[in-house]
Amino acid sequence: MASSAVSPAGDLTSQILQALDQASPLLSTEAFPAAGFVELKAALDRLASRDMVRYDTLEREEALLEPEGEQIAANGSHEARVFEALRTAVEGLTVQELEKAIGDKNVVKIGQGKAFKEKWISKTKDGKFKAASDSIQDVTQEQMQTIQKTRTYPNAKILADLKKRKLIRMQKIISFKIHKSAHFALAIPEEATDLTADMITSGAWKTATFKPYNFKALGADQQAGALHPLNKVRSELRQIFFEMGFEEMSTDKFVESAFWNFDALFVPQQHPARDLQDTFYVSDPKLADKPRAESAEDTKDYEAYWKNVQAVHQDGKYGSIGYRYPWSGDETQKLVLRTHTTAISANMLHKLASQKGPDGRPPPARYFSIDRVFRNETVDATHLAEFHQVEGVIADYNLTLGGLMEFMDIFFGKMGITDLRYKPAYNPYTEPSMEIFSYHKGLGKLVEIGNSGMFRPEMLEAMGLPKDMRVFGWGLSLERPTMIKYGISNIRELLGHKVDLNFVQNNPAVRLDKV
Amino acid sequence: MPTINVDKYALFEELGQQFTADTFQELCFDFGIELDKDTEDDPARPKDQAPELAIEIPANRYDMLCFEGIAMHLNVFRGKHPTPNYKLADIPESKMQSITVTKETADVRPYVAGAILRNIKFTDATYKSFIGLQDKLHMNLARQRTLVSIGTHDLDTIQGPFTYEALPPKDINFIPLNQTQKMNGEELMAFYDQDKHLGRFLHIIRDKPVYPVIFDSNKVVCSLPPIINGEHSKITLDTTNVFIEITATDQTKLDIVCNIMVAMFSKYCEEQFTIEPVKIISEHNGTTRITPSLLARTMDVEVYYLNKTCGLEETPKALCKLLSKMAYTAQPSEDPAFIKVTVPPTRADVLHACDVMEDVAIAYGFNNLPRSSPNQSVTIGKPLLINKLTDIIRTECAMAGWVEVMPLILCSHEENFEWLNRVDDGKTAIKLANPKTVEYQVVRTSLLPGLIKTLRENKSVKLPLMITEASDIAVKDETLERKARNERHWAAAFYGKTSGFEVVHGLLDRVLSMLRVAFITREEGLKGKSIDFEVKENPSPEDGYFIEEINEPTFFPGRAAAIFVRLDGKVTRIGEFGVLHPSVLEKFELKYPVSTLEINLEVFL
Repeated sequence: MASSAVSPAGDLTSQILQALDQASPLLSTEAFPAAGFVELKAALDRLASRDMVRYDTLEREEALLEPEGEQIAANGSHEARVFEALRTAVEGLTVQELEKAIGDKNVVKIGQGKAFKEKWISKTKDGKFKAASDSIQDVTQEQMQTIQKTRTYPNAKILADLKKRKLIRMQKIISFKIHKSAHFALAIPEEATDLTADMITSGAWKTATFKPYNFKALGADQQAGALHPLNKVRSELRQIFFEMGFEEMSTDKFVESAFWNFDALFVPQQHPARDLQDTFYVSDPKLADKPRAESAEDTKDYEAYWKNVQAVHQDGKYGSIGYRYPWSGDETQKLVLRTHTTAISANMLHKLASQKGPDGRPPPARYFSIDRVFRNETVDATHLAEFHQVEGVIADYNLTLGGLMEFMDIFFGKMGITDLRYKPAYNPYTEPSMEIFSYHKGLGKLVEIGNSGMFRPEMLEAMGLPKDMRVFGWGLSLERPTMIKYGISNIRELLGHKVDLNFVQNNPAVRLDKV
Repeated sequence: MPTINVDKYALFEELGQQFTADTFQELCFDFGIELDKDTEDDPARPKDQAPELAIEIPANRYDMLCFEGIAMHLNVFRGKHPTPNYKLADIPESKMQSITVTKETADVRPYVAGAILRNIKFTDATYKSFIGLQDKLHMNLARQRTLVSIGTHDLDTIQGPFTYEALPPKDINFIPLNQTQKMNGEELMAFYDQDKHLGRFLHIIRDKPVYPVIFDSNKVVCSLPPIINGEHSKITLDTTNVFIEITATDQTKLDIVCNIMVAMFSKYCEEQFTIEPVKIISEHNGTTRITPSLLARTMDVEVYYLNKTCGLEETPKALCKLLSKMAYTAQPSEDPAFIKVTVPPTRADVLHACDVMEDVAIAYGFNNLPRSSPNQSVTIGKPLLINKLTDIIRTECAMAGWVEVMPLILCSHEENFEWLNRVDDGKTAIKLANPKTVEYQVVRTSLLPGLIKTLRENKSVKLPLMITEASDIAVKDETLERKARNERHWAAAFYGKTSGFEVVHGLLDRVLSMLRVAFITREEGLKGKSIDFEVKENPSPEDGYFIEEINEPTFFPGRAAAIFVRLDGKVTRIGEFGVLHPSVLEKFELKYPVSTLEINLEVFL
C-alpha cells in the first residue's frame, strides 16, 4: 500500500473535506452526484478511520427507464404516434401508408390496437384508418417523462404497473449523509504505514503519524509446507507404540504369496477372503517360490514349516482337528497384493520362533507396523482399494485375555478413546477374537474401532513357537480414526490424488491425547 | 458376515421374553452376534408384514444361519434349556433307505450323503426357513454350490433305493423343478443360461463330460446337482416325509452341511431331534457309511489352560456349567486337571481347545473377565531405519514449504508408462490379474503418476503448487521368494506459470545436504562422508552427489538431469529431475509446466 501524502487537489477525499468545511452535514447525492459508489465509500472510510468524518448510509429505490420507456419519453407512446400520424392525414391512411409515415412496423402494430381501444381512431368505409378525435392526452409519455426527471413517481401502483410492462426497472441507490467528526481537517496528515529501519536510524518515528492498522484483517499468508493429515495421525500412533516398547516391523512387501497372506494365518483355501472379488491377484510375476531363506544367515527349516502348515490345514495337528480338506500347494504360491499387514506379522513371528532368549526359548516381543494394504473393493465413500492398517503384536508367556483388554484400554486411552467394550467375533486366525467398541458421544452409540485377539495355536505352533507362548494381535485402520478426528465422511477426500491441497495445508496438528 | 432376517415377534416368543431394543442389543453383543436392523419402526415396511430383525452371524457359525439355530443358541446361552441331543432313528441297516454311488461320479462330484426327516410338520414360517437355510448354506460354506449342494424331496413321491450316478448330459432327461417341459442335460444348460438365479451355478458342471444325477429305483430323476431338482419329487408345505440328498466335492463340508440341515429341522419331526439315516453304498472309493454322522466329538480340555488364558480360577464343575451355555455338554473328568467336553455335531467351528477357551470367556462375559497387567516382560521400542530416514526427508520438505500428498499405489498401465513417455520392458512392473477398473492395473514403479494426478485434481488451488511424497514403489525381482520387492522413493513436483526447474533443483540440494552423514567416531567428523554438491567434468573420488544432463523422453530436451551419489567410492544413479515434456502434460491434462524430482532413498540407509 502506498503511503498517503497530502491529497492532491481534485482527489475525492480532499473534495469531501473541502465541501464539508462549507456545510456539514451534507448529502453525497447533492455534493457529489457524479462520484461512483465504490470510490466514494472508500474515500469516506479512509476519512472515517481517522475520525475526520463520520457518515450515515441512506438507502432508497430509484426508477429507471428501460430502452422502450426512453423511446416513449422522447417520441410518445405507440398509440399516440399512430393517432398523431392519422390526425394530420385528413383522408385517412392505409396500413401500408401508416407504416411508411411512422417508419416502424412494430409501433403501428401495437399502437393501432391500443388507439382503437382508447377510441382515438376508427376505420373508414374503404378500410383506411382515420383519427376519431381532435386531441388526446398521452398519459404514458407524461409518466415516462416524470420518471426520467425525478427517478420516481408519486403513485406506487402505477410504478408497479410500469415495471410489469417492462417500461421501467427499479434500482437500489445507496448514498451518504456526511458529518464533520472530531479530527476534521482540510487534509489527511502524512502517515507512515510501517516502522522502518530508516525511521529508527533517523529518529523519524518520534514525530511520524502512523496509519491505523486493520486489526480485523488476517495476517500475511505463510506459504507454509505441510505434512499430510494421515501421516500426522500415523506419527502420533507410532509415538504411542514406542512409548509402550514396540519394535517397528519392516513392511516392504506389497506383494505377498498366498502362503504368507493366508495359509500361514490358518485361513482355509476356500475362505471367501481369498475370492477374486476381495483380493487382488498378481498376473506378473507369476508365482512365488515356496517359503524359503533369502540369505545365507537364515538357517530356518522352511520345508518343515511348509509341511506343518499343510498338516494343520489338511489333517489337523497341535491338538486341532484342522479344516480337513485337500490342501493345495499351488494355491499357496499364487501372488497377491497383501490384504493385511498380518502377513508381515506372520513372517516376524516365524522368525521369532527361531530366536533364543536367555532361557533358550523365544524371547517376548512386541511388534507394530502402519502401512498400506489392498482390497479389491468397489470404491465408495467409505471404501478404497487401498488403506493403511495399524497392526500390533505382543508375544509373551502367560498372557491372559484380561491382560489383552487392559492393554487395549491403555493403548486406546492414549488416543483419547475410552470406555471400551469387547464383543465376541470371528476371525480365522485369532481365537478368542474380540471386536473393540467405544461409545461415540456424537453418534450416541457404540462404534467399532478395531479388532483384536489371540493368534490361534494352529498358526503359532506350526511356526515352532512354544505352546505356552501366547500372542495378542490387534488392528485398526489409520483412516477411520483420522476421519472421525477431522469429521471427514468421504475417504477419497483423505487418501489418493483427489485430496484438496488446501485441506492438507490447513489441517490442524493432531493431538490425540487432548480430549 | 452373513445376515439372517428373522420374524421379530416369533423370535421373542421363542425366547420367552419381550426385549427392549437395548436389552436385545446387549444380549447380541454379549453373545457375539450383531443386531443390524429392526424394521419395527421402519416406515418402509408394508403394513401386512411382521417386523423383522436382521442379525449378523459370525462367518463360521453355520448352525446359526436360520431362525431355529439363532433361537436355540440364544435359549441355551440364557440357560432356558440344554442343547438338544440329536440322534439317529434306530432302524436296522437292511431296512434303511440307501444311495448307491457309481464310480463315474468321481469325475464330477464324488461325495454324497442322505437323510430323512420323518413325519415333519411345516408351517409357512418353518417351510420358508427350511428353504432359507439351504440358500444360506449354498452361499456361504458351500461357496456358491461349488463345494456342496442340497436337494430336498417329498419322499412319498419317489421310491428308494436311490442311486447317485454320472451320465453324459444327453442321457439325462427330466422336468426340472417348476417347469413343465422335459429336457435333457444339454437343453437344460441352454434353458437356464440366462436365468438370474441358476445361471451362475451352471459353470460348475457345464463342460464336464458327465453330469451328476440322483435317481430313485424307478429311474425318476430326483435332482441334477448342483443345479436343480426334478419337478416330480418337489416338496410342498404339506410334505410329511422329506428326503434330503447332498452332493459335494469336499467331504468335510458335506458332513457339516448334512448335520446342520437335519439338526435344525428335526425339531419339527414327530419324534423331535431324531433323524432317519440313509446308507451310502460307495464301494469304488471305500466311503460306504451311514449318514448323517451326527458325530458328537469328545475332547479332554486342560482346566489350567482354560483358567490361565481367561485369567479365571474356576473349578472344573463351574467351567462345565459355563460351557453348557455355549451348547456343549461338559463334565469334570476323573483326572481333575481335565474336563470332558462333548462338542455337538452342529458346532463345526470348534477345531481346538482354544475354541472351547473362547466359549468359556464368552459364557463368563468378555467384559466381566478379571483384568491383569499386560506387561509380563520388558521389551525395547525401536523404529525402522527406513522410516526414520523418510521422516527426516518429509519434515525437511515441509519446512522448505512443500506440501505432502498421499496418492494411491495402484495406477493404470498408461499412467505409469505411456503417459510418461516410458516403455514397459516387461521386467519391472507388477501387474494385477483381476482389477475391477483400469485405475488399478499395475503397482506403480514411480511416484510421478500419483503426484501429477494430484496436480491435475488441484487446478483451482493458488499457484504455484509444490507437492512431495516419500513412499514405496514396487518392482519385480525374480531372485526373491515373492518375486517382487518394494523400494522407498522420494519425489516432488512443482506446478506453476514457470517451469520451476531451479526450485526443484534447490529442494534436491537442500534435502541432500540435510542427509550428510556424520560419523562422530571418526576424526574427520562432518567432513568425512558428506554428500556435497559438485558439478565437475571429472568428479573426484570423494563421497558426494553430482548430476549429469540426460535426454529422456519424459522430460523436455536439455532440461533434465540424472542424480548420482558416490558412497564409499561407489557411484549409483539414484534418480532424475527435470521439466516434464509438454506431451506428458497433455496426457495428464495439465496447462502449466511441471518440474519433477524422484530418487531412490535406499542408498542412504
